[in-house]
Amino acid sequence: MSTRLSTGGRLINRNKPVEFQFNGKRLKGYEGDTLASALFANDQMMVGRSFKYHRPRGVVASGAEEPNALMNLNSGGRFEPNQRATTQEVYDGLTSTSQNHWPSLEFDIGAINQLFARWLPAGFYYKMFIHPRAFWKHVYEPFIRQSAGLGQVPKEQDADVYEHFYFFCDVMVVGGGVAGLTAAMEAAKSGKKVLVVEQTAAWGGRAVVDGGLIDGESTEAWINQTLAKLADMPNVTLRDRTMASGVYDHGYVLAYERLTDHLADKSGARHRLWRIRAGQIVTATGAIERPLSFAGNDIPGVLLAAAVRDYVVNWGVSVGDRTVVVTNNDDAYRTALALKKAGLSVPAIVDAREGGAGAIGAEAEAAGIRVLKGKGIAKVKGGKRVTGVAICSQAGEGAVLEEIACECVAMSGGWSPVVHLWSHCGGKLVWDDAKVMFRPDVDKGPTGADGKPFVIAAGSANGYLGMAEGLADAAAAGRAAAGVKGEGAPSATDAAEKAVAPVWLMPQGAGPKKRMKAWLDYQNDVKVSDVMLAAQEGYESVEHTKRYTTLGMATDQGKLSNINGLAILSKSLDAPIPAVGTTTFRPPYTPISMGSIGGSARGDLFQPLRRTPMHDWHDGNGVDWEPVGHWRRGYAFVRNGEKVHDAVNREILNVRENVGLLDASTLGKIIVKGPDAGKFLDMLYTNMMSTLPIGKCRYGLMCNENGFLSDDGVVVRLNEDTWLCHTTTGGADRIHGWMEDWLQCEWWDWKVYTANITEQLAQVAVAGPKARKLLESFGGDMDLSKEAFPFMEWREGKLGEFDARIYRISFSGELSYEVAVPASQGAAFWNALLEKGQEFGVMPYGTEAMHIMRAEKGFIMIGDETDGTIIPQDLNLQWALSKKKEDYLGKRAQERSHMADPKRWKLVGVETVDGSVIPDGSHAPAPGTNANGQRNTQGRITSTYYSPTLKKGIAMALVANGPDRMGETIEFQDENGGLIKAKIVDPCFYDKDGEKQNV
Amino acid sequence: MSNAVSALNGKVATANGVTVRDCGLQGMISMRGTFEDENFFTVLSHIIGLEIPDVRTIVSNGDRSVAWMSPDELLVLVPYADVNGIVAQIEEALQGSHFLAVNVSDARSLIAIEGAGAAEVIAKNVPVDLSAGAFGEGMVRRTRMAQVAAAVWCDGADSYKVICFRSVSTYVFDLLAQSAKDGLVGAL
Repeated sequence: MSTRLSTGGRLINRNKPVEFQFNGKRLKGYEGDTLASALFANDQMMVGRSFKYHRPRGVVASGAEEPNALMNLNSGGRFEPNQRATTQEVYDGLTSTSQNHWPSLEFDIGAINQLFARWLPAGFYYKMFIHPRAFWKHVYEPFIRQSAGLGQVPKEQDADVYEHFYFFCDVMVVGGGVAGLTAAMEAAKSGKKVLVVEQTAAWGGRAVVDGGLIDGESTEAWINQTLAKLADMPNVTLRDRTMASGVYDHGYVLAYERLTDHLADKSGARHRLWRIRAGQIVTATGAIERPLSFAGNDIPGVLLAAAVRDYVVNWGVSVGDRTVVVTNNDDAYRTALALKKAGLSVPAIVDAREGGAGAIGAEAEAAGIRVLKGKGIAKVKGGKRVTGVAICSQAGEGAVLEEIACECVAMSGGWSPVVHLWSHCGGKLVWDDAKVMFRPDVDKGPTGADGKPFVIAAGSANGYLGMAEGLADAAAAGRAAAGVKGEGAPSATDAAEKAVAPVWLMPQGAGPKKRMKAWLDYQNDVKVSDVMLAAQEGYESVEHTKRYTTLGMATDQGKLSNINGLAILSKSLDAPIPAVGTTTFRPPYTPISMGSIGGSARGDLFQPLRRTPMHDWHDGNGVDWEPVGHWRRGYAFVRNGEKVHDAVNREILNVRENVGLLDASTLGKIIVKGPDAGKFLDMLYTNMMSTLPIGKCRYGLMCNENGFLSDDGVVVRLNEDTWLCHTTTGGADRIHGWMEDWLQCEWWDWKVYTANITEQLAQVAVAGPKARKLLESFGGDMDLSKEAFPFMEWREGKLGEFDARIYRISFSGELSYEVAVPASQGAAFWNALLEKGQEFGVMPYGTEAMHIMRAEKGFIMIGDETDGTIIPQDLNLQWALSKKKEDYLGKRAQERSHMADPKRWKLVGVETVDGSVIPDGSHAPAPGTNANGQRNTQGRITSTYYSPTLKKGIAMALVANGPDRMGETIEFQDENGGLIKAKIVDPCFYDKDGEKQNV
Repeated sequence: MSNAVSALNGKVATANGVTVRDCGLQGMISMRGTFEDENFFTVLSHIIGLEIPDVRTIVSNGDRSVAWMSPDELLVLVPYADVNGIVAQIEEALQGSHFLAVNVSDARSLIAIEGAGAAEVIAKNVPVDLSAGAFGEGMVRRTRMAQVAAAVWCDGADSYKVICFRSVSTYVFDLLAQSAKDGLVGAL
């Protein structure tokens, strides 16, 4: 039985009991408990089923490295799978359920898999499920997904909020253990700005549990004093419950702060992702204990030795009355002594080393603990919990010497420095034969822009496991990070220890049966036998073996299994461990929430929405929105009882008969000014802009240097050296950038300034036979008559009380004015137009009406008639290509043979014979097949609409030899495999002579 | 003029001691030219009454300020009603030289963030060191605010101004208001 002890537990508050749920059971814990410690206190040994074989699994560790105790936490909008019970603190009302079992944790159907374990080896899925091919999708995959896998996917929207925070410091110390605090103090003394993060709620790391003296004080007293001193320093920031998840180039670090995960009150941000720029990073991330590989090392009750003493000292919880300690190093003896001190029984310490331990070995024997030297565990007895161990000689094949009854096995296979953050950005590792560990190669740290390292490992993360040597290393690291010289470190003494022995399999000669029960990776169910099989089948690279066996590929990323796995691989390949190497360490160190990555970007803040000055009016008046970049434009303004396309048709007819208003504020508007502005625009546009007279407007085309059409719009000459270029809505920022690119990088000596004033002006197209009357009703100081204000000119002045610039241009084919007013007057101007326009039958119209009306006129639309492969010649726009100019962007490209090829498809109008509407993008088939056996084509539709003006389907198409085939009938595909007959016609369907717009 | 309304129309939000406030209509002139050109800085100091600011700083005098935007661009802040007159003055004074002075008052919104913790509210959204030592009064940065372009400056203790494009003012205001509501960090 695991249970709560009557005394002890430095992290729990026995005055603050809390109630939580596990698998529907109401259980009690204390504030400060982790879910794991609280489950032990309630004798919940089994906490889940394994991934592949559905074996019973219990808690193995006491921190972030835990592979087994993964929980579904909470429900509804706060449901979250795969949360480690060892890092989740309990609070009143917490609900948790175990994962990966059916129908229940105690009785699980899938557990039958373990009976077939012999036939489920490494690579089983690859070998078994490849034939027949069709079975994978319909039979195998659904079955495997049901039977394997971890937690469930949340089904509801996340109820919490998240945020980012940018922070800058000179020195960032990762890890709040005694090494981290020492490094932080040394760095802070120099006056440098220091940030210290600790992933748990408790500072001091392992030191309090492991004991000893620092500067003559107990570790706990020293930690509290040091913390208080650091907290008092204005240049130091301390954050607990904050995990540094990744180190990136140029000292960029992501840290994950958990603000409300431990509280019943969930108000405020749940997680905060710190986006940190640090000058130097000290990784005082400690070390993680390795399991030992013996048969049955996954049975609930087998824990890491240090975790067993953590549970006793930190949370006042015993895993069992009798604990057998099994080890290859001195450190695990501390567990035996801690258990003894708590009044618990330690029937034996099983030490794989013939010589046993150093000073601490004598201490253990003096405490009356039986120490078995050169011995190992032949197997662990028990199913859903440990009942005992069988002892054997480590040197042999596992013949049982004796059996010892116990409830807990505390194992220690040595310690691995946490080198993740050191390695993320390229820090190299070196294999230390004496210490049996990979540790940072201090001369090969990750380097920054100056070629110098920006990460320094400190303390046990740097391979210094002893207190004294660790503190000395950390003090030096702190000074190095701050760039100061100095000496000294907090004083401590390290007892003489015997060296750790490399024990990768227990007993060393364990046969196949034992190897099949010796787990390496608990979370992904990978055993010693699987890695050996991979080696036998030819997998030599550790990266390949990882993917074949799934070793280290679970949510714990192999924190416990990595080194043990590659040691087995190296042994199987007869290659030394450093030659086999490690897999790549990648961020995050432990999983971080998707919410924290998104930060505030959710709901209305998910993406910026660009609003015109008239946005709110549209919103309140039946608008059907169309996204155009980040803008929302009105597609149509729907009235009661109408369908969207009824509204579009009504809006078009109203423009043709009365007057309509289009919110054209989103059109790009770029000022180009300077002595060389005319020359510059002549290069950018295919036609002449330098000769445009002041007061006039000209439609222009822009191509990229490959000759393809890129943008179009009306250019306005404002004065001697200033032009205003209108671009498409989507092109505004891109074209402004394009202009600056040429000015800054290529023609840097040309005297031209540009300014993007798109949002300075609200712009309204007032179009229709009654447009002039409507504008004239405003009064003002501009003469809008046909004679005084001809087509393609502009005027500036007062329109009623509004400051307006009016362009007489038309995209609809009607009498039309585009009126620009300062954006702050836009909403008022729009309202005034609607009010004054009442007597003229004014209606707003949307982008779809605009599209259809321009198609009726045969005007091209960038993005419809063009797709990045279309040149102006394809669209019969030769008239806009200046022959007088020596050069313009795209000119030479358009002279290349393929561009000048007469066989290029060209723009024509298309009219269906039966009046129906051809689907957009539809192709016109041609006889025969191409080299790939595909049907030949002779054209495709670029725009297609129902024209309410002409009361039939009209379209624009690119057709082979199109302009030469006027009147010919060809066929386009419909959506059902049939063909639609259509006549090739002039693209201008409406008022070809322009009489309507010139009135 | 009576028709002129700022995009945020006077919106205010307060949470955790931080106030996010629309500053209303603000005159802004985007000026480009050669700073070293004697004519350029003489005209500027004569008409605006302020010197050309150093890199990443803003200089102020009463209701007028000049902010450094780039090696050849300044942002001149004056009362909204004065903009057209000042642009005309500059154009006349600099006639014949190569420069650009354009009214951008309506293209942008000006938002104030005030109160203890204001820096943290901004630091949740911009990749800038906003600690007092690094970003004091008179400093300005053109940067990114979450997903849009913005400029930020400090105009006093716990007092900051943000300029963003007019079309995204609701986004920026809501972002800052939400950041204030989500609580302070206690790190700046």
